[in-house]
Amino acid sequence: MNGAQAMVKCLELEGVEMVFGYPGVAICPFYDSILDSEIRTILIRTEQNAAHAASGLARVTGKVGVCAVTSGPGATNLITGIATAFADSIPLVCITGQVNSELIGSDVFQEADITGAAESFVKYSYLVKRAEEIPRIFKEAFHIASTGRKGPVLIDVPIDVQNAPIRKFSYPESVNLRTYKPTVKGHAVQIKKVMAELERAKRPVICAGGGVLLSGAQQMLREFSHKYQVPVVSTMMGIGAMQTEDDLYFGMVGNNGAPCANRAMNDADMVIMVGARVADRAVNQPEIITRDKVLVHMDVDPAEIGKNAGPTIPLVGDAANIFASLMETEIACDHSLWLQTLYAYRQQMQEKRSPNPAFVDPARFIQKLSGRMEHDAIYVADVGQNQIWSCKNCIVRDGKFLTSGGMGTMGYSIPAAMGAKLGLPDRQVVAVCGDGSFQMSMMELATMRQHNVPVKIVVIANRYLGMVREYQKNTYNSRYSVVDLSGSPDLSKIAEAYGMRFLRLQDPDREDEAIEEFLRGDDSVLMECVIDPMDVVK
Amino acid sequence: MKKIYSVLVENRSGVLYKVAGLFSRRAFNIDSLVVGETDDPTVSCMTIVSSGDDHTLEQIEKQLNKKLDVIKVKTFHEHESVSRELMLVKVKYNRSNRRDIMEISDVLKAQIVDMSRTQMMIQLCDVPERAELFLKMLQSVSIVEVARTGTVALPKCHDQEN
Repeated sequence: MNGAQAMVKCLELEGVEMVFGYPGVAICPFYDSILDSEIRTILIRTEQNAAHAASGLARVTGKVGVCAVTSGPGATNLITGIATAFADSIPLVCITGQVNSELIGSDVFQEADITGAAESFVKYSYLVKRAEEIPRIFKEAFHIASTGRKGPVLIDVPIDVQNAPIRKFSYPESVNLRTYKPTVKGHAVQIKKVMAELERAKRPVICAGGGVLLSGAQQMLREFSHKYQVPVVSTMMGIGAMQTEDDLYFGMVGNNGAPCANRAMNDADMVIMVGARVADRAVNQPEIITRDKVLVHMDVDPAEIGKNAGPTIPLVGDAANIFASLMETEIACDHSLWLQTLYAYRQQMQEKRSPNPAFVDPARFIQKLSGRMEHDAIYVADVGQNQIWSCKNCIVRDGKFLTSGGMGTMGYSIPAAMGAKLGLPDRQVVAVCGDGSFQMSMMELATMRQHNVPVKIVVIANRYLGMVREYQKNTYNSRYSVVDLSGSPDLSKIAEAYGMRFLRLQDPDREDEAIEEFLRGDDSVLMECVIDPMDVVK
Repeated sequence: MKKIYSVLVENRSGVLYKVAGLFSRRAFNIDSLVVGETDDPTVSCMTIVSSGDDHTLEQIEKQLNKKLDVIKVKTFHEHESVSRELMLVKVKYNRSNRRDIMEISDVLKAQIVDMSRTQMMIQLCDVPERAELFLKMLQSVSIVEVARTGTVALPKCHDQEN
């Protein structure tokens, strides 16, 4: 057995079913060995999307996503995908080929110091020096990626290490890292304090972040919220933690969020942040959630607690575990008055959009589309105006809502949707992007075709980089700079070229039939939804 | 405010880069950073002196703890520790200032460790403030070059290990 065969064996033992990647000389021993394995390989069209696809798969299956690319440009192309996963704490193992160990440092062909370059975007990284280390390193990498605060782990393997013989392969049964022991279980004293405060609170609110989904705590959150009648708002990454139609859910917070969600946060006397970073887009002024309020901050990463807002009660641990412990305590609480106030806010604070009646209103369109999707469908939103419209209007029931929240990486939706569909082939998967983000990833239509991955794609087309144009409208007095997307291709021809069904929705009166047509069957469809070029989010 | 971080890390290649990178990535100050092996050859000790407000100093500790190569972080203030810095100063001398230099060195317990007909090298091992003072006292003399190790520190001795 050689190093490359050991790498493949490790992936098999970790239960990996699929590897996304792009070969090159430095990773060829690995891609040669994987031919002898049951593991499916997906040839992506650019390396960045290998990480996005692995991320999509990881987010719907709960498993670690795996990608493998070559050295040099293959590795550097992967960085944006790694950084995107890191910002959203998505568990990935990213394998890169590296030039011959003896040549490292001499700037040979396709050499890049990828462990150095990716350092601030990875949870951990390895440069493998000897083939014997492969089993231990892979075991550790999967453990690190999938425990505690999840995230991408990079393994850089020089070609000579992949080719080196291994005398005896033995995969470690457990990991023993003296430097890494994440806290999962919430501290009993803190748990008690939280419940005591909740009993006292008149106006409590839970703000759910991506950590709820990463811990698989959706059901626990819903139970908790209903048991104690605590209203819930979410960050962008927390969308779908509650069913959006749940009466106790009041929408996304933040400067692009629902007014009644922000109002709930402001008026609350107790805020329970769970699995959320209190980052700028969600909580613009952290002092608002600390002043005159009891702030409980639950997170599996102790460094997040107190980073942006000083909590009254810090609680380190995994969301599912903590909710389970919290619910062991019976308390008497009645928040019906508070809920009545919030229901009234929800009624009064509906956002008034004034869409151009000549065009499809993207907000209404997304409500209808997501409302008619299967109950457990996966909705993948890209980045830009389309993302905000999606966040505000997408109806999520038993499925998932995926987007690049932390990094805001354009082009995320198509590869992530593809990864999600490959991970859960029986689910309906819909990607919604803009015409800018579509063009960042449209090369992946070939991957979808080659590997028969029926993803449904909506392009909200306004021939602009709409989010930036809107910003320039507001901030630069409508001086539009480098946001005009003329020159974009005829999408019907793109669809034809890749053998996809195509629909163009232009007439708002045809919305319903177009959506029905679009969702019909389990095939790849590209729908261009033409909206008013000057439409705005706010 | 200044704080000293005594950071035990895995003695592996790339660890210094990861720890130093953390400081630059999060815009934390490094006043000084010293690395050396401990009695256990698999463990290195980094002594990092940093300054900032309370929130930053707490964040530094949390972010250090989050690094997977970091085994243990101990933090303490200067007054809770014994700290030392080694400094080598090479100066030009002549007949008129030679005596002054030697007197200053004598008062501040610095040693002359090397000499030529025009230059001498002085070694000082003391707390960082005394090193500063020594340099200040030598201001009138022509300094050729200076090398400083930065602070190494350990918490003061206690009868019970805390």
